[in-house]
Amino acid sequence: MSGDPFLRVTDLKVHFPTDDGVVKAVDGLTFSLEKGKTLGIVGESGSGKSVTSLAIMGLHRGSHARISGEVLLDGQDLLKISNEELRGLRGRKLAMIFQDPLSAMHPYYTIGQQLTEAIQVHERISKKAARTTVIEMLARVGIPNPGKRVDQYPHEFSGGMRQRAMIAMALINNPELLIADEPTTALDVTVQAQILDLMRDLQSEFGSAIIMITHDLGVVAEIADDVLVMYGGKCVEYAEVDDAFHQPDHPYTWGLLTSMPRLDRLKQERLVPVAGNPPSLINIPPGCAFHPRCAFREFASCACDEVVPDLTESYPKHDSRCHIPVAKRAELFAEQIAPRL
Amino acid sequence: MFYYILRRLVSVVAMIFLITATTFAIFYASPIDPARYTCGKNCTPTILEGNRKALGYDQPVIVQYGKFVSGLFVGRDFPDNEELRQQYPQQVVHCPAPCLGYSPTQHRTINEMVAEAWPISLSIAIGAFILWMLIGVGGGIIAALNKGRWPDRSIVGAALVGFSLPTFFVGLVLLTFPAIKWGWVPIPSYVPFFENPIKWAQNLILPWITLAFFFAASYVRLTRAYMIETLSEDYIRTANAKGVARGKVIFRHGLRAALTPIVTAAGLDLGGLLGGAIITESVFSMHGLGYLAVHSVTYMDLPTIVAMVMIVSTFYVIANMLVDISYGFIDPRVKVS
Repeated sequence: MSGDPFLRVTDLKVHFPTDDGVVKAVDGLTFSLEKGKTLGIVGESGSGKSVTSLAIMGLHRGSHARISGEVLLDGQDLLKISNEELRGLRGRKLAMIFQDPLSAMHPYYTIGQQLTEAIQVHERISKKAARTTVIEMLARVGIPNPGKRVDQYPHEFSGGMRQRAMIAMALINNPELLIADEPTTALDVTVQAQILDLMRDLQSEFGSAIIMITHDLGVVAEIADDVLVMYGGKCVEYAEVDDAFHQPDHPYTWGLLTSMPRLDRLKQERLVPVAGNPPSLINIPPGCAFHPRCAFREFASCACDEVVPDLTESYPKHDSRCHIPVAKRAELFAEQIAPRL
Repeated sequence: MFYYILRRLVSVVAMIFLITATTFAIFYASPIDPARYTCGKNCTPTILEGNRKALGYDQPVIVQYGKFVSGLFVGRDFPDNEELRQQYPQQVVHCPAPCLGYSPTQHRTINEMVAEAWPISLSIAIGAFILWMLIGVGGGIIAALNKGRWPDRSIVGAALVGFSLPTFFVGLVLLTFPAIKWGWVPIPSYVPFFENPIKWAQNLILPWITLAFFFAASYVRLTRAYMIETLSEDYIRTANAKGVARGKVIFRHGLRAALTPIVTAAGLDLGGLLGGAIITESVFSMHGLGYLAVHSVTYMDLPTIVAMVMIVSTFYVIANMLVDISYGFIDPRVKVS
């Protein structure tokens, strides 16, 4: 491993041809991730977060999606390997936690059967031994009375317990890369905190790399090392988590931060939503995809509605995609945004 | 569960009595005199009244129904008149419980007739069922996996043809060409399974294909629709994400979840078919229950009609009950009781 990162995604594009035009769900995404680290991918609904994760897992195969770019995991390009090779890796080397554990677990099989299957797909092991492992794993993710719960069906579990079982299923083969697609969105805040703690513990235990996909900046602040903000299928800001929160460098990230509710503020202060709607991925606005909603385009150095901005390094290890000069952005942030955070 | 089945059984029995009572009532309301049908060309009023008495048609319908019901439990003796039995003891026929009645047109107990016809209908139904389930469900899965591409289009097209062609047409074509003109298979005539299983199958293959051709079509469409639906479910994506092999994803995860509607349709279709396939049996001159039913209606043979209605409805309601109970086994979310 000549200094290559564990996971490197280069210029990933996922396009869906439809009758109305090509949906550019992900359009040139580049990032990398080391073992033991967590990358948070943030964005509104329809910004391409989930499509990215499914593309890494190869779950778009067999659909109409047109995928290009490179997904190098441990030196192996996941986009090029055969279906059979990929099946051998899925669930073992890379695993995924899905958003809605009720629909993501098979309603006709017990939790035990589904977790046992996850082991037996990759390992020749007796049912009995697998069952022991499953019960241990359920206990480890904090499911009380796992010996009894193992024989229950998903509909007999509560939302939080189901998500824990889902996590147990994803972690049962100690995957080196774990992709979590909004794992806490459907859960109560208290359960959410427990789940995040759990993922952090398991990460330190197994040293896995985690991609955490979410629209909740709180979750990112809690768990991520790096943050990637997506808008209209493209990365608009990519930075270490502290930089992203203390010196956010893109008007869209500012919008996300100022629209977050805060407990330590007075109720009278209204939240500031990002004006307008996320772009249609069929008709992405020309130039910078964010320009129709951007409150600061007057400061841009060139026409936002004509030229697509490049992702450039504003600060060391801090990239963003904006036509406003870096110094001006720092000034705008300090004057207008920071006081509201 | 036990009480649920018990309760369902009670309602099944009640339903059967309701159906037979209704059949009696409808028959009684008919302006046709059933005794006249037993009397032949040289009918005199004396013979007519004698037959009416012997068959019990002279008694009120309630009494006739009561005798029918008691016959089911304790058996009956025919002719249906104490005087006549004493007068002609050598002509008395005993019909043991569960007695379905005595056919005035065939001059034998219906139990005997059913005992002869039932294995034929059973053979036709079982063979056709296996064939159409294999073709229908298999075709539906292949179509679903190739949704929108040529295998899908050709399977759905073939299903449409199969569904549109009437059974008597398909049956006659099969009878004319492979059997009569080309001689590939014998011209169907029933050979009991335990006598010669190979000949049994050879003689039944054409009726099986005829029925399967029709039924498979609806199973292709049913399976295809539900497979397409389940294969797009999140838990299928989860199975793929676990690295489960494709075949297992399709059958263990996909088909398993699409099973409920297929089992429902299969149970009811098989239940209905066990009571006889009227058109297919007629086309191939197989004297099964369907043929018996047609015959009894043609000759206004009340006891046989009632018996046939009862048999068919019994199969149907029992199949219905079994389907309901099976839901509890198929889908763990369903609590049957």
